[in-house]
Amino acid sequence: MSKTSKRTGLVAKKVGMMRLFAADGAHIPVTVLQLDGLTVVGHRTVEKDGYSAVQLGSGAPKVKRLTKADRGQFAKVNVEPKKKVVEFRVDADMAPPVGAVLTADHFVAGQKVDVTGITIGKGFAGAMKRWNFGGLRATHGVSVSHRSHGSTGQRQDPGRVFKNKKMAGHLGQERVTTQNLSVVKVDAERGLIFVRGAVPGADNSWVLVRDAAKVARPAEAPVPAAFRQAEAAA
Amino acid sequence: MNLIAKLEQEELARVAAGKTIPEFRPGDTLRVNVKIKEGDRERVQAYEGVCIARSGGGLNANFTVRKISFGEGVERVFPLYGPTVESIDVVRRGEVRRSKLYYLRDRRGKSARITERAGGPRGEAEKIEG
Repeated sequence: MSKTSKRTGLVAKKVGMMRLFAADGAHIPVTVLQLDGLTVVGHRTVEKDGYSAVQLGSGAPKVKRLTKADRGQFAKVNVEPKKKVVEFRVDADMAPPVGAVLTADHFVAGQKVDVTGITIGKGFAGAMKRWNFGGLRATHGVSVSHRSHGSTGQRQDPGRVFKNKKMAGHLGQERVTTQNLSVVKVDAERGLIFVRGAVPGADNSWVLVRDAAKVARPAEAPVPAAFRQAEAAA
Repeated sequence: MNLIAKLEQEELARVAAGKTIPEFRPGDTLRVNVKIKEGDRERVQAYEGVCIARSGGGLNANFTVRKISFGEGVERVFPLYGPTVESIDVVRRGEVRRSKLYYLRDRRGKSARITERAGGPRGEAEKIEG
């Protein structure tokens, strides 16, 4: 378990945003993320699956809405069924045991994390909203097309619109990772992580929180993970 | 109660602990004691003027204080529960008929006066909810 080996991330629910006051009077806008019974439900190993990962489950679904196959999977590892199941690639020796309940103190205050979520869908959006185009003028003879994108290319040569030309189209509802957000504080008791700034996704959506890819993990972060053993699973 | 409201209330209780915030309204003249950091030294500076607006609620409550400083109108917006606001004194209570006194921005001197509200400054402090 070296310092650089990859830890697991966490699956959390985005609760919403609020603000905290720093001692020097600064406002800290934070997004609150909550862990919801986050449990290790499986391992992926190089020998068996060709790669190494942990499978985490979170949230309590209505059991009758699960397929029998899913129920069987959870029964096999003797873990309460979970709503959201996610895999995190980790190094082979960094996987917490199956059944371990991960806690929020997995991350430490001051640490940088990458947060992945599905952004809020905006539907079919024009070039101004989607690509921050300036639009056309309000006056000086412009008619009907104040919010249009304007020209899309040149003349007979090349005589076509280049691929990847920024145009109107579907915006949002895509997987986005915001890198290097700082963890302001964690509340292990209630499973809360306070991350500075905005996090992709709507409130109540699932987000993935990982150690930042571009900033070294602090030494005080628990290795391989912060967890407690589950109380007698059903 | 949803979790965000609960957490905001906890944060409010944390920042408001040991502070008494007087009840005041737009039109009142306030003396706001502001903490100012100079290097590693901290001192308190008073900022006195008319409260022309209150905005926001709960943890996010703010108030705007306007004063005329060397002939120039100055407005500052303070977060009601901000740690930089050391204390607030109500100097004078004013009788006004609006919640936002932005019309004072266009007025000077006699027409910018606010009549005193009957009762005068009251000593009782507002109970901080939560």
